[in-house]
Amino acid sequence: MSSIPILEARQAQIHQKGTQPFEMDCGKHSLAGSVSQRACVFCGSRVVLYPIADALHLIHGPIGCAAYTWDIRGALSSGPELHRMSFSTDLREKDVIFGGEKKLAAALGELIDQYRPKAAFVYATCIVGIIGDDVAAVCRKVEQEKGIPVLPVHSEGFKGTKKDGYKAACDALFKLVGTGSTADIAPVSINILGEFNIGGEAWIIKKYYEQMGVQVVSIMTGDGRVDQVARSHGAALNVVQCSGALTFLAEMMKAKYGTPYMRVSYFGIDDMAKALYDVAEHFNAAPEVMARTRAIVRREVETIMPELNRIKCDLYGKRAAIYVGGAFKAFSLIKALRYLGMTVVLVGSQTGNESDYATLQDMCDDGTVILDDANPLELSKYIIEKKADLFIGGVKERPIAFKMGIGFCDHNHERKIPLAGFEGMLHFAREVHNSVTSPVWQFAPARAAVLESKKEVAR
Amino acid sequence: MLLRHTSTEIKERSALTVNPAKTCQPIGAMYAALGVHGCLPHSHGSQGCYAYHRSALTRHFKEPVVAATSAFTEGASVFGGQANLVQAIDNIFSVYNPDVIAVHTTCLSETIGDDVPQIFAKAMADGKVPDGKFLFHANTPSYVGSHVTGFASTTKAMVDYFAESNGRKAKTINLIPGYVEPSDMAEIRRIAESMGIATIMFPDTSKVLNGPLTGKYKMFPEGGVTIDELKKSGSSTGTIALGRIASMPAARALDAKCKVPCEILGLPIGLHGTDAFVDTLRRMAGVSVPDGLNLERGQLVDSISDWHQYLYGKRVAIVGDPDQVLALTRFLVSLDMRPVHIVTGSPAGKKYIKSLQAAVAEVPEAVNIKVPGDMYLFHQWIKNDPVDLIIGNTYAKYIAKDEDIPLVRHGFPIYDRLGHSYFSTMGYRGGLRLMEKLLDAILDCKDRDADDITMELVM
Repeated sequence: MSSIPILEARQAQIHQKGTQPFEMDCGKHSLAGSVSQRACVFCGSRVVLYPIADALHLIHGPIGCAAYTWDIRGALSSGPELHRMSFSTDLREKDVIFGGEKKLAAALGELIDQYRPKAAFVYATCIVGIIGDDVAAVCRKVEQEKGIPVLPVHSEGFKGTKKDGYKAACDALFKLVGTGSTADIAPVSINILGEFNIGGEAWIIKKYYEQMGVQVVSIMTGDGRVDQVARSHGAALNVVQCSGALTFLAEMMKAKYGTPYMRVSYFGIDDMAKALYDVAEHFNAAPEVMARTRAIVRREVETIMPELNRIKCDLYGKRAAIYVGGAFKAFSLIKALRYLGMTVVLVGSQTGNESDYATLQDMCDDGTVILDDANPLELSKYIIEKKADLFIGGVKERPIAFKMGIGFCDHNHERKIPLAGFEGMLHFAREVHNSVTSPVWQFAPARAAVLESKKEVAR
Repeated sequence: MLLRHTSTEIKERSALTVNPAKTCQPIGAMYAALGVHGCLPHSHGSQGCYAYHRSALTRHFKEPVVAATSAFTEGASVFGGQANLVQAIDNIFSVYNPDVIAVHTTCLSETIGDDVPQIFAKAMADGKVPDGKFLFHANTPSYVGSHVTGFASTTKAMVDYFAESNGRKAKTINLIPGYVEPSDMAEIRRIAESMGIATIMFPDTSKVLNGPLTGKYKMFPEGGVTIDELKKSGSSTGTIALGRIASMPAARALDAKCKVPCEILGLPIGLHGTDAFVDTLRRMAGVSVPDGLNLERGQLVDSISDWHQYLYGKRVAIVGDPDQVLALTRFLVSLDMRPVHIVTGSPAGKKYIKSLQAAVAEVPEAVNIKVPGDMYLFHQWIKNDPVDLIIGNTYAKYIAKDEDIPLVRHGFPIYDRLGHSYFSTMGYRGGLRLMEKLLDAILDCKDRDADDITMELVM
């Protein structure tokens, strides 16, 4: 199914529904020489832990790892802003030869004295894994001296994929869990896991739960605080969102504290409502929670419906391509786009697993291209071939969409407005609408022809 | 206050960089390689490095940025990356089909001791490099130098690998533009061509990272220096290297390898910087300065005289890359402005510091200079001794906002404004643009702060 050269080893990572038996060969390390859109272990750890705003985040390595992750993700804090600074041991050649442990200890000491953070996360980068600095030992020593938790994050970039970085972050978080007081935690209480408060999304979700009468003990990690994490084991339920970044932590908490968990998504009306209903159902011993939930869903849906209906008229029949990090988000996006009357013609993820792709296969229409770990050539080829009007992706995908003259919606770090929750669905619809129907595309030569032919058909 | 964590008490920090004013070598290597036509930059390291570089460059240029990676695993980190790189070269030529692959190393591959030339030899012996295709490489460990040295080394590698001399001299002049914007490269070339000079410029990212919307995604855009031109650079009459830190190594290498005499100049920013460039071009090529260029010069001088009353005595803080900072400092001093806090993030050597000190010798007050320093120190200086204007990259906007000081964005990265890739700040016209930006910032602030009585219409 291909006119561009595709490596034999990648053939099994590209499928078109309905044309061949479907067995996605996913979860593999990217091929050397690939122009994959993926990142590394460190990246995974950094995105998970970074929103904890009253912790110190020290990156032990050469300057790049700190520079590229300095405040690039709009994870909002309602209080401290310490997480938006960039701290690095800035390892130099001398340190690589003689070891960076002394430098790390000195840097940690200096920072903890100055900022008095509630805890410190120390991220190990590639080089630290190679030169063999004992980051854990340094952390233990500083922890004793300074009397705050100092947590090593084993995030050496080469030691796996971004998912392994999630796991390393969860390991670090898990060391904090159980160290705080669980006083004043109600029986109807949850932790919100896997919500990073991009554009203030965690605040929207938290508001819903609180209106339901559910106490939110902690959000991990959006607008996060060390004390919240420390007492999160007191919550009755873990509600884990999306990509599964925090699923590792939920598993560990289940094993150690017996905290049950459920997976939810906050994108789109259906999934958002389902998340609230599922949580209400979990607490069915308190029936008033379900009653309130129904009222909230009704109220919120009624609020957004009139405008959504207007937007749907314009978007009906438009085609969308989705390429996101975690497959779980793709599920929600397919539903949300369908709700808007759009057709999904391509869907792919960086880190989906077999069961994710099986679900995608079930959800998608015949002819939909399904990709694992795609490169820009593949993405652009299928977007043109499938005549997509919209591309949903992250920072590296945006200019690709624009070069081809189609609309784009960032559903990753760089979304500036909340896309989660009921109001988020409205924002999403507006953004998709504004981008897809932008007058600028008439100036894109290739797209102009497509738009013209569509008009003809409409006539 | 976003940067409320910045204290006024300045302490010597040896183990710690806070809010860096630099990043690591490989991104500079990637940027330089993108200035070669049909070149796919390749990061010999783990997957995160190139994902971060591509994202950072994408944010800065709002353009698709492609590169490949060796995608190191734990295995490769133990047994060496030869197998990965050979496989990568094979995969890249069969799938993406670039003219040339530019490999740069990372902290990981450097520390495990991968020998890239030896790996190239193996790839060629194994027939992985098709006829008419090329490889070149630069060693760019992230714990040495900065993004600027990564750029310089990759530019030098273009000479080392490709420049040839056939003993005959052509009339062409080589231009090495330094770590500047695509718009600057185009302007530098325009000036030379307006003097009737045939040029070879390398690297040249114009039309690569500021290309048009065509309705197609092109992995290898139109621009960039060709391998053929790089070969011919060894037969040019002379080389002009702009920016000692970013461009001198390549110019010297070309002199040593092919006996092409070189002149090392500062970046052509402002009147004096551009005069030196134009004069050197004139002498080297034996041409006279055309009326058009004289007119541009006259207009710049005229504007300086028209507006100098709003500029003189204004105190400025500058942070950025060494070549830019030096050239800007000279320009500001020539406008009778006072650069009082000057920081480069990149290490640049004693000779550089002396040049900077000489540039501010006439400033009638004490000048703080730190090479290399970070943005935290820069902010502390500004807190302790406020200025009228800040010049720096996007990250300086936090300082500007907290201290309520106007900001002119200049340098890398600029993540939040349009302009840098299209409008040059080099040459006489670029000098006008810089003046416009300085005046806009200062006068907007003046208007904003004026009360009803002193608000002026005419300035």
